[in-house]
Amino acid sequence: MTKTLEIRDLWANVGETPILKGVNLTVPRGEVHALMGPNGAGKSTLGKVIAGDPSYEVVKGEVLLDGENILGLEPDERARKGIFLAFQYPVEVPGVTIANFLRLALQARHGKEVPLTEFYGKLQRAIEVLEWDEAYVTRYLNEGFSGGEKKRNEILQLMVLEPSYAILDETDSGLDIDALKIVAKGVNAMRGPEFGALVITHYQRLLNYIVPDVVHVMMDGRVVKTGDKQLALELEERGYDWLKAEVGA
Amino acid sequence: MSDAELKHISEDYQWGFSDDVEPEVKLKGLTPEVVRTISKLKGEPEWLLEFRLQALETYFAKPWPTWGPDLSELRRQMDDFYYYVKPPAREDARSWDDVPEEIRRTYEKLGIPEAEQKVLAGVGAQYDSEMVYHSIKEELDKKGVIFTSIEDGVREHEDLFRRYFSKVVPPTDNKFAALNSALFSGGSFVYVPPGVDVEVPLQAYFRVNTEGFGQFERTLIIVDEGAKVHYIEGCTAPIYTSEALHTGVIEIVVMDGAESRYTTIQNWPVNMYNLVTQRALVGENAYHMWLDGNLGSKVTMKYPSSILKGRGARSEILSIAFAGDGQHLDTGGKLIFNAPDTSGSIVSKSISKGEGRSSYRGLVKVPPKGERARVNVECDALLVNENSKTDTYPYMEIASDSASVGHEATVSRLADDQIFYLTTRGIPEDEAAALIVRGFIEPVAKELPLEFAVELNRLIELEMEGSVG
Ligand SMILES: Nc1ncnc2c1ncn2[C@@H]1O[C@H](COP(=O)(O)OP(=O)(O)OP(=O)(O)O)[C@@H](O)[C@H]1O
Ligand SMILES: [Mg+2]
Repeated sequence: MTKTLEIRDLWANVGETPILKGVNLTVPRGEVHALMGPNGAGKSTLGKVIAGDPSYEVVKGEVLLDGENILGLEPDERARKGIFLAFQYPVEVPGVTIANFLRLALQARHGKEVPLTEFYGKLQRAIEVLEWDEAYVTRYLNEGFSGGEKKRNEILQLMVLEPSYAILDETDSGLDIDALKIVAKGVNAMRGPEFGALVITHYQRLLNYIVPDVVHVMMDGRVVKTGDKQLALELEERGYDWLKAEVGA
Repeated sequence: MSDAELKHISEDYQWGFSDDVEPEVKLKGLTPEVVRTISKLKGEPEWLLEFRLQALETYFAKPWPTWGPDLSELRRQMDDFYYYVKPPAREDARSWDDVPEEIRRTYEKLGIPEAEQKVLAGVGAQYDSEMVYHSIKEELDKKGVIFTSIEDGVREHEDLFRRYFSKVVPPTDNKFAALNSALFSGGSFVYVPPGVDVEVPLQAYFRVNTEGFGQFERTLIIVDEGAKVHYIEGCTAPIYTSEALHTGVIEIVVMDGAESRYTTIQNWPVNMYNLVTQRALVGENAYHMWLDGNLGSKVTMKYPSSILKGRGARSEILSIAFAGDGQHLDTGGKLIFNAPDTSGSIVSKSISKGEGRSSYRGLVKVPPKGERARVNVECDALLVNENSKTDTYPYMEIASDSASVGHEATVSRLADDQIFYLTTRGIPEDEAAALIVRGFIEPVAKELPLEFAVELNRLIELEMEGSVG
């Protein structure tokens, strides 16, 4: 079995407006890829389309999870097959505690009751790695959380749910310098032969802590360049204009 | 009435039932004869019969409400209801062994005897018009706590009963309180002596079995000085009847320094007209909580009220309403601040699903004597679907300059981005919707005892199945 998350010629619209215009990208398990690109390039849209956001209409293409096209599946089915999206803007759900919600999610992911001790074991480990306060998990999901707290909570969920592929959408934005290192530690703890990640970011800084195997650049709804971690450094230094000129965007 | 007359009325009844339980008596129609028969069957004192007949006149004299949900269909059917149905069971048995098997099985299915063992201090079970079971833990009995049917309240504690009965909710209060006063049957009589703490809840369970039937339970709870009690009323089972009417009256007297809670979780079928009057009189430094959970019914009109009549009295009214297709739930609460330094709050959470409609109707009244009264009202509505409806009618009559009054109202829709967020974690859409709804009512639901919170969650999950997407 191919152990990759492969995006093939993916086109997606909002209403009549095309946002993704033929995305090609492959993330094998065991690797971490960075996805960069200017504002509005379609990075978040790509993440949401992979996760199954019904507000986008897929016009063409495939998203293959270990060889299986998941585009016909509901978001929850995709999640249970091992896709995880850490949101750029995590949503608040009042009245639902993190602990309660995560236990439900974990049970859904495993398709069976997860004993309380096992669940708390996982939760405890994640809290430790993320140097967080246990009190957070009794709070309501993202309600009243600071920007940085919301991001840390996304990684907490990632660590408890242990997906095969994670898309992290600007998890670094809003994090202070210490928190950035801690969150990177969480993501790095997930790294291994069974886990692949697509890390969307604007800044090289995060990539100092989560060192990518491959860097992709997206512009105007397509991946226009792929390189190694040097590419990120180059973008940091020179911006996007030279690349725009190069690809004629 | 002669026995021949009585027999004649009895012969008018139909005997076909959805259940295999055959009633002993079934009385149809809204007449003084029916009222007399009920009173006679119960062997009531003359004053109570007079009270009932007077109340029936009051009922006929009072106009139908011109506000709130549409009652025109109910009005057309008023002559066709059975107003009294006596199950073939001994009255108010003290042991489940003495409850006929078919009826006992029903309560077993509802988990009542099991809950009684585990989490309750006492249980009362009503089947159609009569309480078929009532029991209280022995140590509470020894402390003088009374928990019986309303009928036994009259029979065994007539002085105490008469002192408070209909003093909190007189028949003249509203048309349906008058109807209940004329026809009442079943319900509980509770007395908690001074200083006694009934640590775990008492529960009454109301079961309707007969088709086309009106249930009129009447409950009187007296919490003496410094005493404490939590009374739970449940009707969470699917109840298979066609058109039905449930008109209860609940009166609670919370004496100085006492504390009480009255919790309702009802899940009537969607052809039930549920028109209930609940009111508490709260004494000096006493506290009363109404926790009112309304699911099901075709129409519910229910506004639990607290009259804060002693200095420093407090009350909270927490209300949940869940209106689905074809349902109109008109709920809320009333707080009357008749003494200084009193405080109270109303928190209402309503959910409207499909074509359902929920309305918040609240009254806050602070007359000049309500000096330094503090009140807060919060009503939040959640709309699940495009056509779901909600409206609010918050009435405030504030005549005390020193009162402090807060009011907040919100309307929100079940948000697609919340659903998507939860589903990306592997939670199916229906469950995600149910989770959001549970979160929405959490500020109220967290006041429920665990077992009832679990039951409420289960009901919401059932309601939310197939509701989105
Ligand atoms: N639901 C939507 N409705 C309308 N336009 C949308 C929607 N989602 C995305 N777009 C548009 O699609 C384009 C790509 O948006 P997207 O959020 O994917 O960009 P991005 O690469 O993540 O940008 P950033 O770096 O600013 O996060 C933008 O022009 C955006 O306005
Ligand atoms: Mg983005």
